[in-house]
Amino acid sequence: MVPSEINGRPVKPYAGAFADMVSGKRKAAPPIPRCFPGRVNKVINGLDAALDKLPLRDGMCISFHHHLRNGDYLVNAVVEKLAQRGFKDIVLAPTALFPVHDKLIPYIESGVISHVEGSMNGDVGLACSLGKMKRTATLRSHGGRVRAIQDGDLHIDIAFIGASAADCYGNANGVLGKSACGPLSYSNVDSLYADCSVVITDNLVPFPCIPWSIQGGNINYVVTVDSIGDPAQIVSGTTKLTKSPTQLLIAEYAARFVDEIGYIREGLSFQAGAGGISLAFNVYLAEMMKKKGFTASFAHGGGNTVLVKMLEEGALKYICEGQCFDLDAVRSLRENDNHVESTLSISYNYHAKGCIAHMLDIGVLGATEIDLNFNVNVNTHSDGLLLHGTGGFPDVAAGSDVTIITAPSFRKRIPIIRENVTTVTCPGELIDVVVTERGICINPKRQDLIDKTKNSKLPIMSIDQLMDEVYKITGVPEKVELDDKIVAVMEWRDGSMLDVIRKVKT
Amino acid sequence: MSVNILDRVAAGKADKSDVLIVCHKKEAGHGVKVTVKSSVRAFFGKHIESLVARKINELQITDILVEVDDNGALDFAILARLEAALIKMGHNVTKPLLDDACFDHFNPDFSRLRRSRLYIPGNNPDLIINAGLFGADSLILDLEDSVAPEQKFDTRFMIRNILTCKNNFLGASERIVRINPLSCEYGLADLEMIVPARPDIILIPKCETADDIIKIEKIVAKLEQSHGIPKQILFMPLIETARGVINAYKIATASKRSVALCFGAEDFTRDIGCERTRDGKETFSARCSIVYAAKAAGIEAIDTVFSDIEDSEGLRKSTVEAQSIGFCGKGLIHPGQIRIVHEVFAPTTEQIQYANRVMQAIEDAKSRGLGVIALGSKMIDAPVVERARKTLELAAKMGIDTAKKEVR
Repeated sequence: MVPSEINGRPVKPYAGAFADMVSGKRKAAPPIPRCFPGRVNKVINGLDAALDKLPLRDGMCISFHHHLRNGDYLVNAVVEKLAQRGFKDIVLAPTALFPVHDKLIPYIESGVISHVEGSMNGDVGLACSLGKMKRTATLRSHGGRVRAIQDGDLHIDIAFIGASAADCYGNANGVLGKSACGPLSYSNVDSLYADCSVVITDNLVPFPCIPWSIQGGNINYVVTVDSIGDPAQIVSGTTKLTKSPTQLLIAEYAARFVDEIGYIREGLSFQAGAGGISLAFNVYLAEMMKKKGFTASFAHGGGNTVLVKMLEEGALKYICEGQCFDLDAVRSLRENDNHVESTLSISYNYHAKGCIAHMLDIGVLGATEIDLNFNVNVNTHSDGLLLHGTGGFPDVAAGSDVTIITAPSFRKRIPIIRENVTTVTCPGELIDVVVTERGICINPKRQDLIDKTKNSKLPIMSIDQLMDEVYKITGVPEKVELDDKIVAVMEWRDGSMLDVIRKVKT
Repeated sequence: MSVNILDRVAAGKADKSDVLIVCHKKEAGHGVKVTVKSSVRAFFGKHIESLVARKINELQITDILVEVDDNGALDFAILARLEAALIKMGHNVTKPLLDDACFDHFNPDFSRLRRSRLYIPGNNPDLIINAGLFGADSLILDLEDSVAPEQKFDTRFMIRNILTCKNNFLGASERIVRINPLSCEYGLADLEMIVPARPDIILIPKCETADDIIKIEKIVAKLEQSHGIPKQILFMPLIETARGVINAYKIATASKRSVALCFGAEDFTRDIGCERTRDGKETFSARCSIVYAAKAAGIEAIDTVFSDIEDSEGLRKSTVEAQSIGFCGKGLIHPGQIRIVHEVFAPTTEQIQYANRVMQAIEDAKSRGLGVIALGSKMIDAPVVERARKTLELAAKMGIDTAKKEVR
């Protein structure tokens, strides 16, 4: 039962990872502004004074970036003030939400926020799962979000852009100042396409603010506040190096697999997402590259201390990133010319003339479930609860030459490999290898990888075999019945509907 | 039914992959009631409830409330906790609750590799279920120092179920159980529960005299006989006192079951009243004595644990030193330490190449009917041949391709 429209917008059914025909269509465009010569001062002191000036209305769409991750102050502060002013039915379009945003729940329940377009996790995702949002949420990957904005599917009325440094004109960056959190790349598209773009800073610097990740020509106002957030909180559980022997084993298997298929070589390009296993993979990869005397051409994605070390030791030529996972990466982005910020469009957008994700040799990603057709779920748990954001998963999976999923074969007692995933985040046609501590499964469509590893000592087996082995340990889990009501749609990179997320029965 | 049934008992804990089971005695007519709270309730709630209810009914217990507080425990762990609780309560449980005990993995083997000997707390199912994946030569399920006194009882059931579970969680690793010393109140009960579950080896802590081994051997032999155990369970005496060091040779020769002497530095340094240091000068002489005693008895010697899991260079250094004075392995406390220890104990490329040349020289000499064997200008005598043979044997056991030399 697939809906024909969502929130009044017709649904385009998913036809294949690269099946989208866009010929002849044109991008959406923001209203034409104008400017006059002379010294312009866009500065407003404090959020309240800013809100007095902004074109606020019920039902408007407001957007935020998540560069401060769990240390962000702005989403909660802005929504709280809009609620105090009596606004309702607001569409919230953040690039991601974190546990710190659990404070939004009352505003979802009271209807101040009608739904989320973008990404959510934790309690906000839970509220969505339980049917507490007035309208249907849309989940998009990083690249999918850029596409939706530039194609006109997601219209942003006001973009709020937290910046650790900004000038009176609106030029801004995230690498200088006490709240430095790295790039501001997630907000680049917002600043270009929103009707009104607002930089919020706790560090007003003299014009011009250099580097200018966000450029003043796209900014209406610059708002000064005491603090935009706590950068110490950008390191979270998913961005820390693991000590778990099982996670380390999975990371080591993944790195050994990459070696055995011949990808430990000069000029390797790779991306390993957030999560303990991915970070540990970076460590093993770095070790292997070093041992063989090779230099990687570039690493893409969340910058972290492991990549920075590779860069500084000369094992890696460039880091191109959209966000920082720790403060070492923030420092490196600020100081190292070979560590550069890349916008989400340049990184991930499918409706573009190219994107960095499509240049990757290896992509290593986590998952909550994988099915026998290699479809992957990263958003919901097997009980149907929407607890995780999508991030750049589909974009990296689509772009990497070899996409590797790393995950434990069961968490607590819950098996990862299932007959069918609860939610399809990414179609199996894009997934090449699944690496768990109990077995490594190669997608049968990658005969080349199967051939290369046929004499391997790694525990390579079919995905059916792995599922059976795990079931022998855990037992076969009961099927979870979900409600018919659709609470969120899973949008593919091209804007088609890949899957729906249904309400969890309570 | 038993007479003295306690009102309320508990076993286990609601840690990850574990379960807390609380049983309440109920008055006649109450019937059997099982409540299940579980972090995996949506998937296994019904299964857990019916599993527990079935076992209670099989035991013909009629009036009881069983509260299950589960956090993703597998069946072997749930049944270990349930059995412990019911027995503590006073119920008569004559055979293990775990269905179809399996002894397929019982394989006591005198001559296997024992480079890495990884300790795992016996009461932590979350650490145990993946323990077999890391390639440790031996796994030690611990009942002694890592288990608090009040948990010894529950832990025995957990270890027994791990050893006899159809799912092999311990992989290809040798299965060792460290019991408590016979001199304390737990030792005998440990043996009575663990021997029938057929571990490959019993690690005997705080050995001080030959008598410590002889006493245990008598009990083990009796249990083996009464349980129809087809092969002899082997021993690994652990020496961790000055008295033990002095008596090391007698300990090593007290039983034919002993495969290796182990050294425990933590207790030893306490016993002789000094600090344990990183370079281990204070234990050097004791460790050498243990090596000599073991070798004189014709068995191996295994060094103490290296307890700083962050310090991989320290581990490497310590392992190199252990190897250089004659130990064949190290004690470990984290799977991440295995790779380094195996690397150190692997024969070097030069050693393998030399051994190959020695063996080739013997072949040549034989085919030419020569009595004296020479390699280049050097004569090869029996000890050289023996060492070469051992090097190649070790390399083969480690899965090293003697042409390429790659550690598994």
